[in-house]
Amino acid sequence: MKRAILTVASLVLGAGIAGAEIAPADVKYDDAGAVAESLTGAAGDAAAGRAVIGSKKLGNCVSCHAISEMSDVPFHGEVGPLLDGVADRWNEAELRGIVANAKNTYDGTMMPSFYKTTGYIRPGDAFTGKAAQTDPLPPLLSAQQIEDVVAYLMTLKD
Amino acid sequence: MKLKSLTSAVALLALGAGMAVADENAPLVINGEIEIVTRTKAPEHMENMSEIRSGWTFRSEETQKLQMDDFDNPGMIFVDQAREAWETAMGTEGKACADCHNEPESMAGVRAKMPKWNEAAGEVWTMEMFINSCVTNRMGAEKWGWNSSEMVNMTALISSVSRGMPMDVAIDGPAAETWEKGKEIYYTRYGQLELSCANCHEDNYDNLIRADHLSQGQINAFPAYRLKNAKLNSIHNRFKGCIRDTRAETFKEGSPEFIALELYVASRGNGLSVEGPSVRN
Ligand code: HEC
Ligand code: HEC
Repeated sequence: MKRAILTVASLVLGAGIAGAEIAPADVKYDDAGAVAESLTGAAGDAAAGRAVIGSKKLGNCVSCHAISEMSDVPFHGEVGPLLDGVADRWNEAELRGIVANAKNTYDGTMMPSFYKTTGYIRPGDAFTGKAAQTDPLPPLLSAQQIEDVVAYLMTLKD
Repeated sequence: MKLKSLTSAVALLALGAGMAVADENAPLVINGEIEIVTRTKAPEHMENMSEIRSGWTFRSEETQKLQMDDFDNPGMIFVDQAREAWETAMGTEGKACADCHNEPESMAGVRAKMPKWNEAAGEVWTMEMFINSCVTNRMGAEKWGWNSSEMVNMTALISSVSRGMPMDVAIDGPAAETWEKGKEIYYTRYGQLELSCANCHEDNYDNLIRADHLSQGQINAFPAYRLKNAKLNSIHNRFKGCIRDTRAETFKEGSPEFIALELYVASRGNGLSVEGPSVRN
């Protein structure tokens, strides 16, 4: 009895989130690549975003960017700029645009598009080397993870 | 004594930091006699770089040292195995490589020109293809897999006798079309990460990507003994790994795409010495 109620409640909750979420194909970028609206309709969780950025299995942002505040995570890369103080250089909408699809902000950038699902050449099934199973692909990060990452980046002030 | 323990403490510290910073200008001389060109002027056809560098110059001092003496180079164990295979008769013809080619040293210079146009076949061939043509047509044996130990070991032996000679791959004449195709592949941004070879090995060599110190992705030093998987690795196997890391569907070893890419990448190393079998991490 208790269990049944709980299941219904989580179903409703799930549907609620899906309703508010902006799908990758529907994200509105302005001319400079910024995204004004939260992809989930809510604020992200900076602590969860920090984990996404440091994890090899998730954002793996530190493979290209160094962040002094994350010195507990080993091996930061040098391919992209140091992210210290990034919230002084960009506002929240701009950061959301960069994380979702940096190519709208920087033409031809090496930074991967984390919330994009089509338009790839020989897309693979994650890191297996085999062909992708679906078209569109699942995005590299979910809407929630993008918002969490943005929330964390907003804490990086000098 | 005190000085010595201090030095080793420093070495340990450096190791702890991920890599001992190697002197990128250190000379590579193998067995105290084979001089290797590890840095030189980029060939004419290269558009975006002025200097080319062997992958050896990007490795830690410990890894570099392993390649300076054949007794320390684990890849040479496989060269010795290939020397035995060279003498061993096989197939319906009951012939050994040695029956037609004498000593393995008769292959000196071959690796420096590979891949190259094969007039009879009307296409560009890599060393694996020339080897398999002997194995099947001339010896009457089953062909060797691209990544089989027989094949990779034999390419290591044939490379080893050219060590110190400059890479000199032809990109004009009938090979030009294949070279163009390889160049296009080199600059294509594959996979969900949309990364090309050039993104990592032209735009970002010398930078760290996570714990990896990016080299120029040269192939003058192949096959490469990798400490990571403790075996000799073929060129196409390395290409496959790099493309896989872009979350792409890879090409197959021996595919027309990888043959073209090999010709193009080899030509980017024209002027560097043949170095294989090398040691990498
Ligand atoms: C493969 C490399 C790579 C990865 C992975 C990567 N980035 Fe980037 N990023 C770059 C590069 C390169 C730039 C600079 C833009 C340019 O000039 O092309 C950049 C720029 C940025 C900027 C703007 C920095 C500034 O100082 O103006 C932010 C913010 C950023 N990235 C965040 C992230 C986050 C968050 C992730 C992971 C979810 C990530 N990046 C993953 C390469 C990368
Ligand atoms: C996401 C980054 C990335 C991309 C894209 C990439 N590589 Fe690599 N590659 C690496 C890393 C990391 C290594 C190991 C360190 C090194 O030698 O650079 C490596 C090593 C190599 C090596 C071994 C060099 C040596 O001396 O041992 C070759 C050859 C190579 N890559 C060729 C290629 C080619 C060809 C492509 C495109 C098909 C490519 N790579 C794409 C990251 C990349």
